[in-house]
Amino acid sequence: MTFTLLDAGRAVEATARIAGDRVTIPAADVERELGLTLTPEGLCGEGFCIPVADASGLGASGFDLAALARVLDRPLAVDAVAGAAYLGAASGERRRALGSLHAPDFSLPDLAGRLHSLSEHLGKKVLLVAHASW
Amino acid sequence: MDLPVWQALYEELKGHGFVVITVALDKSADDPRPWIEAARPTHPSLVDTRHVLADLYNIVNVPTVLWIDEQGRIVRPNDVTFATDTFRHITGLESVRPLQAIRDWVTGKARALDAATARRLQTLPSSDDQQARAEFGLGQWLWERGQRDAAERHFVRAGELAPHDFTIRRGTMPMRGMDPMGPEFRSMRDAWRDAGHPYYRPLPDHLD
Repeated sequence: MTFTLLDAGRAVEATARIAGDRVTIPAADVERELGLTLTPEGLCGEGFCIPVADASGLGASGFDLAALARVLDRPLAVDAVAGAAYLGAASGERRRALGSLHAPDFSLPDLAGRLHSLSEHLGKKVLLVAHASW
Repeated sequence: MDLPVWQALYEELKGHGFVVITVALDKSADDPRPWIEAARPTHPSLVDTRHVLADLYNIVNVPTVLWIDEQGRIVRPNDVTFATDTFRHITGLESVRPLQAIRDWVTGKARALDAATARRLQTLPSSDDQQARAEFGLGQWLWERGQRDAAERHFVRAGELAPHDFTIRRGTMPMRGMDPMGPEFRSMRDAWRDAGHPYYRPLPDHLD
């Protein structure tokens, strides 16, 4: 079936085999949509390789999504019935970024849809206020 | 709502090399639109339907305020700051002192926190916090596609993983047919408090 993988919010489509909660995506789809391939050095993307201690679930026959998330050390939420999963941001990455005290950049729209980035305001003091209608 | 006060503070201090960025963590732009329009912002007043900011900054409730210096460094981490005393009778948090502290920082009368203190006061996300955000992200995507029952499963799971994260537990209520100001919210908040947890977690008054 066609499966939607939300890679930190960006939706990519893949063909998936689903057995219970287990979602397997063809290696070609993982390479095309996520830019990741399994090599003798490990799981490699552009400019990095992550050593893989246990490659079970990852291989030519397909990538088990849970095994892939474990190697990437990223949280994975799966809804096999709805045919979608969300690959989130690793806590380690978030902890390192915040612990460095470098304010993470973001781009978000105003009501008119115009994007604004934090980095546009380098050189100024910024008061960042999160609020909500709820 | 505090937006008119943040806007006024921006107008008052913008000549000092200062900007306010307000970000609404809401399911659609239409939710905060009336408040944003009423405040007539000349500062960037943004909408974050996917909780990008909450994920990057480990924001777990609103209002949350951070100070960022000219070099893009966090010089005062996540704090609960109200710009008005509208909810003071409930929160016990007043606005005059934090607003003056911001003025003193912007005008150079007072320094922000040193790096060691800022780090000590940060709360960093756990793996459960990030798993909760992944569940939220999936739930929100499903909700946008009308898959309400599937969305509900992931919102519930997210709340179980991060019970302190009210951007999830309260913020999803409008998507789940619950009133975020109503009885479901109050019973959730009261249960949390009765278990010994504060609903708002401001930084301590004395930081050194």
